[in-house]
This record gives sequence, C-alpha cells and structure tokens, in this order.
Amino acid sequence: MADRGFSVSRLPGFTPTAMLVFVALYLPILMLVAFSFNAGKSVASFEGFTLQWFVKAWANDHVKDATLRSLVIAVVAASVATVVATAAALGTTRRKAFKGQTFIYVVINQPLMVPEIVTAVALLIFFAQIKVLTGYQGLGYLVTAHAAFCIPFAYLPIRARLEGMDLTLESAAADLYASPWQTFRFVTLPLLLPGMIAGFMLAFVTSLDDVVITLFVKSAGQDTLPTYMLGQIRRQITTEVYAISTVLLGLTVVLLTAFFLLTRKKD
Amino acid sequence: MASEAETRQVAASTRAGWLLSTPALVLLAFGAIGPLLIVVVYSFLLPGKYGNVEWGFSLDAWRGILFTRDIFDDTLVLADAHLSIFWRSVKLSTLTTLFTFAVGFPTAWFIATRPQKQRAFWLFLITIPFWTNLLIRTFAINEIIRSEGLLNTLLLWLGVIDRPLEIIYTDFAVFVGMTYVYLPLMVLPLFAAIDRFDMRLLEAGYDLYASRWQVLRRIILPIVKPGIIAGSILVFVPALGAYVTPRILGGGKQMMIGNFIELQFGQGRNWPLGASLSVTLLVIVTAALLVYVRFANRDREVNHG
Repeated sequence: MADRGFSVSRLPGFTPTAMLVFVALYLPILMLVAFSFNAGKSVASFEGFTLQWFVKAWANDHVKDATLRSLVIAVVAASVATVVATAAALGTTRRKAFKGQTFIYVVINQPLMVPEIVTAVALLIFFAQIKVLTGYQGLGYLVTAHAAFCIPFAYLPIRARLEGMDLTLESAAADLYASPWQTFRFVTLPLLLPGMIAGFMLAFVTSLDDVVITLFVKSAGQDTLPTYMLGQIRRQITTEVYAISTVLLGLTVVLLTAFFLLTRKKD
Repeated sequence: MASEAETRQVAASTRAGWLLSTPALVLLAFGAIGPLLIVVVYSFLLPGKYGNVEWGFSLDAWRGILFTRDIFDDTLVLADAHLSIFWRSVKLSTLTTLFTFAVGFPTAWFIATRPQKQRAFWLFLITIPFWTNLLIRTFAINEIIRSEGLLNTLLLWLGVIDRPLEIIYTDFAVFVGMTYVYLPLMVLPLFAAIDRFDMRLLEAGYDLYASRWQVLRRIILPIVKPGIIAGSILVFVPALGAYVTPRILGGGKQMMIGNFIELQFGQGRNWPLGASLSVTLLVIVTAALLVYVRFANRDREVNHG
C-alpha cells in the first residue's frame, strides 16, 4: 500500500482537509453530548458520568409541556403538508406541461427561497390582525405556519418518487377496468407510499427544528422545545438543555437512518 | 393540428393539475406568501406608540433604513449604526460563503472519489449535521469557543495562552458559527456536481501535460460551476438572514440584519422600519437567486449547444 501509483482524481491536500472537516463537524456535537452526561454542575470540566440532567429535564413540567406542543404541531403540520403536497405532486407531474405549472412550482418552493426572518415578520403582522379580529389565540397559527413551510420538504421527495414511477402499471389497471379511484388507491398510492413517508419525515423534522418562525408566531405560553431551549440558554441554564439536545440528536439520527433505508435505491 | 378530443383531453389535464395543486397553494397563500404582501403595505405606514402601526402613509420607514433624524436640529443624517449592521451582515455572509467553499470543495471531492460502497457512509456523515437542529449546533460551537470553553481550556492547559481568548460575542465568533452550521449546505450541492463529473476528462488533461493546478483550474472548476453557484446561494441566503447564530454567538451587540429586524418588532417598537428592512432583505435575496437562475440557464445552453 506504500505506493498506490498515480491516481487522476487525487488532488494534493484534499483528503487531509476533508478529514479535518469531518472532525470539526463532529467534535462540537460530541462534546455537547458528553457534557449532557457530566456530573459537575459546571460544563467547564468533566466530573464523572451521570444521567441526572436527563432525569431533571424529564421531570420538568415546562419541558414536558413544550415537548408535547412541539410534537402536536409537528405531527399535524407534517400530515397536512404531506397530504396537500401529494395532491400538488400528482397535479404537477406526469401530465403535459401546462400553463402556470412553473408558477405553481415557484409558489410551492417559496418557503425555501425567502429568509425565515422575513416570513416570521410577515406572519407576526398578519396573525396579529387576525388575533384582534377573531380573538382566537390557540395553536392554529403555529400549525398553519408550520404546515406552510413544511410543504416543499414534503413535496420534493414525493415528486421525485412520482417521476421515477412506471406509468404502464396504471395503464394496465385501467385496461382491467379499474376506476380512476381504484387505480389510484390500489396501484399509485402503494407505489407512492415510500415517497410520502420520506416527505412526512422531512416535514416532521423541519417543523420540530423551527426556531425563528415559531418565536414570532407563538402567543404567550406557547413555547415549543426549540424556543424553550433558546430561552434557557439565555438564562445560562445549559446542562438540562444539553440533555434535551442529546435526546433530539438521537431522534434525528434514528429518523435519518430510517429515511435512508426507505429511499435507498435497490441495486 | 390537434384533434378536438385531444384538445379537450389537454384542457382536462390542465384543470386537474390546477385543482390538485389548489390546497397547497391556498395554504401557502395564508401561511407564507399573502403575509409577505402585508409586510410591503406596513413598510409605508407610521409606527404605533405601543408597537403595531398607525394607518397613515409615510416614507419614514424607507428613509429610516439608511438615515436617521438628528435629535437636535431634525435634519436627516446617515445612520452609522444601520450601515455597520448591513456591512457586518454582507461581510460575514460573504466570508462564510467563501470559507465554506474553501473547505467544502475538498470535502465534496473526497466523498465523490470514494468507492461507490463507502460513498453513502461519508455522505451520511454530512447529512446528520445538516438535519440536526441549528440551535443545537450553535450551542455546540458556543461550548467550544466561549471563555471557559474547550478551546480556551485546552490552550491554557497547553500554555499557549495565559488568559482566555475573547472569541465569543465578536464578529469572528459569528463567522465561525455560521461556517459551522451552513457547511453541509455547501458540501451537498458540490458533491452532486462532482458526482456527475467524468473523471476521464482528468486523464485527458494529464495526457496533455496539464499540471494539477491547471487541471483543477481549467477542467474541474468550470464543469462543476453549477454546483458551486448552488452551494454559494444555499449558504449566502440563510447567512444573510441569519438570526439564531448571531443572537447566541454575537451576544446582542454584534447584530446582523435578522436581529435588527427583530429589534424593531420588540424593544424598537418600529414595525414599519422592521417591515421596510424585511422587504430590503427579500429584494437582496431575490436578486441573488435571479443571478443564480441566469448562470444556471446559461450553463445549460452552453452544454446543449
């Protein structure tokens, strides 16, 4: 292995740089995880292994409350986004290009292009008016906002799945006298399902991660887990927040692994 | 000439396309796009005493982006504080874009040149941070660079420094943080572009006595340019509008446009100014995207030509 010969794709310094990048990407995250198991109250030095911060976070009613709210919003918003994105994907693929298709495409992907802070400000203004008009203060605002910005994340994998789908199966179903609904229900939908699950999961993670839009849209007492964590960090309460971060990190890794297994091309 | 039946079929297909897209469009109209139009309206109104607005036409908010009224003689003077915030935002976003490219390109190249089987693994290592909450990643970098953080502890212990480096709450801290959190956004499109790159072109280049540098400069970079532009846009746009990272690592003093906008809706109580700043940010971002689309289209034409 000493002399691997001349490789055309090797460029000097690239491999060490890449290695440094991977170390730099993971070192801070791993430090954070390590500190969430730290027995000492200060995060400055490691003083032994403990699970007390996890226990403390678990027992904290604010954390429970915020977690539950985050999950409710993420599940509802991701479900709504997946359903409307599936319909939109069916509408914008596999048919002759039609007038306004580009417009629909731009509108659907708009949340990816506008800085979050601008959308957040816009929603703050808009919902402030509606709050005055209707008096409604509930979670509906957060759910609406989250569902809207989750749409492109659900749409893209579903659309990708549809574009790679074999149209002859649907023709075959139609030839065998299946109604359009039956064709959709028993042929298209099962084939589309992995894409929809992938889309739902991306939307779910996106909703769960959101800080900025939530911060502007939420009414008093409507903290989600990220906005709660941001508030705690400002008050220098770190260990508990790191424990929550570790749990969220674990969840992300599990979801991503599932996502990869679902969307993996079968060789 | 299309037959009448065909025309009717196309019309039905178009109608179905619109109908199926309607729920998504309606939701986006209420939850994202419609409110943006209200922001434009608000930027022409007067600030209310306790937040919100008073209904009356005014260009003050637009003037307020660059100018401020002198407290003594009420003349308009350039608002230095505002200019320094814009300058910091553009400077830090540009530096972040350049630096993420400088380290992201070798990383993407490394991944794309691994054997097929290993590639998914390395890519997965980039994807995990990408999908990890931005807040958590900012906490993590904060833990490294703060006064009693890992970096200072290590350097003190090694005897390199005798007092902690004051990195946190500086422009540099925000730059480091943004580079850290936005790096995956640069690596992923670069990888996609390099993955399609035909390595035989390199052989051809070396056969014609090109040096490594010439191969990189004259063959690789021009061909993966769409990926470079995509990555730069994906980093520059969120960096310019960044809110969380400068808030945590800049400590309220080193504000960027995003924090400045928020201030107008909080303590500043100047919603119209916040609105005009938001529209300005949106215009800059749209301009950047348009440049991207133009470049991308031009490249496509060249490739097909």
